[in-house]
Amino acid sequence: MLVAQDLAAQRGDALLFERLDFALRPGTALFVTGPNGSGKTTLLRIVAGLTRAQSGRLTWDGIEVGAFDAALRAAALFIGHAPALKEELSAEENLALLVSLHGGSADCGALGEALTAWSLARQRALPARVLSQGQRRRVALARLRLAARPLWLLDEPTSALDAAGIDMLCEVVGEHLKRGGMALIASHQEFAPSAGTTHSLRLQ
Amino acid sequence: MSEAALHPPAIDDSAWRGVSWALARDLRLALRSKSELAVQLLFYVIVVTLFPLGIGPEPGLLRTLGPGALWVAALLASLLALPRLFASDFADGTLEQIALSPHPLPALVLGKILAHWLATGAPLVVLSPLLGMQFGLEGEETKLVVIGLVLGTPTLSLLGAIGAALTLGVRGGGALLALLILPLYVPVLIFGAGAVDTLRGGIAPTGELSMLTAALLAAIVGAPFACAAAVRIALD
Repeated sequence: MLVAQDLAAQRGDALLFERLDFALRPGTALFVTGPNGSGKTTLLRIVAGLTRAQSGRLTWDGIEVGAFDAALRAAALFIGHAPALKEELSAEENLALLVSLHGGSADCGALGEALTAWSLARQRALPARVLSQGQRRRVALARLRLAARPLWLLDEPTSALDAAGIDMLCEVVGEHLKRGGMALIASHQEFAPSAGTTHSLRLQ
Repeated sequence: MSEAALHPPAIDDSAWRGVSWALARDLRLALRSKSELAVQLLFYVIVVTLFPLGIGPEPGLLRTLGPGALWVAALLASLLALPRLFASDFADGTLEQIALSPHPLPALVLGKILAHWLATGAPLVVLSPLLGMQFGLEGEETKLVVIGLVLGTPTLSLLGAIGAALTLGVRGGGALLALLILPLYVPVLIFGAGAVDTLRGGIAPTGELSMLTAALLAAIVGAPFACAAAVRIALD
């Protein structure tokens, strides 16, 4: 369980948010919404451990965690706005590298299955350079099922995705929640995971 | 079943796995963009060749200047290749993923630096005996330049990586990187080029080679940690 107490964040001189409290229990997804510049991405980066919060505390399973905390790195999967793909490598190579970077092991079959699920079967050997924005997003999201992490942090996962892609995302997130996983999702567009409970948190 | 899918059985977060992951990945990326490597290597060849052209064909003078010219060119070529060490990973979001990996960040950074040296430093070392012929260097002298470069160029990559990580996301980072890093390269240059002078003076250059080795060992231990800290600052 992830608990944030009294979080505040500042970017430059601007205070993004303060006195933010929320709890994320197994089987729930929390949508973070709000206008541009309200601190959605910053909140996700704080939870991921990439950015330090101005003040407040964050606990994971009752243990206080800070930036780049090892316990948090082992529990969370962060998919940022940038899909983290190398242009020169194929979709499958990119996926395999990202999965092994996070300590997972994926054989060829599992990688192919994940790519096929995101309708990328024909693109698996193509270099990421020739993929469209939506296809790049799909490759990044194909990691979700392979990573085996209880906490998913998704920054604008629906950006550039078409309707079928969003349906797939609903299904994958729903499966994750059903298994007792947690998801913190920053998005302009709320979607309805196929299972689990969702809450939303609006930043001003 | 549900627990297994949420929590991996055991994440292998050993440092060696981190080093080998980054090493294998960056070497593969380097092989896919050979033209960038060729540019850096050609730069080295051209800079070294400019010296004999500019100084003239006087054999004694060329022999005196040779080792220094090779070293200065190696320094500049090493500097030319540095910005690409972290910049592309920073731009496409891979560096975030690397920093969030369960593997220790200094180990991943060390793997990246090793790959960078193998792709950009090692070819310079291999080419240098050939380029040394332009200066009429003798067999023993050429051998000493090569040994010096083998010990010195990894140090250049390690020190340079700190600068590359510190200047991430800074506008005009390339020029700033040169200002930051070139002064740090000076000791390596002095001992590397100085070894040949010592040899010519009739003394075994053990002192210089020991200093280069010591610098390399210190850089291997220290640089990955400094780079990791700089990367975290750049991501914050």
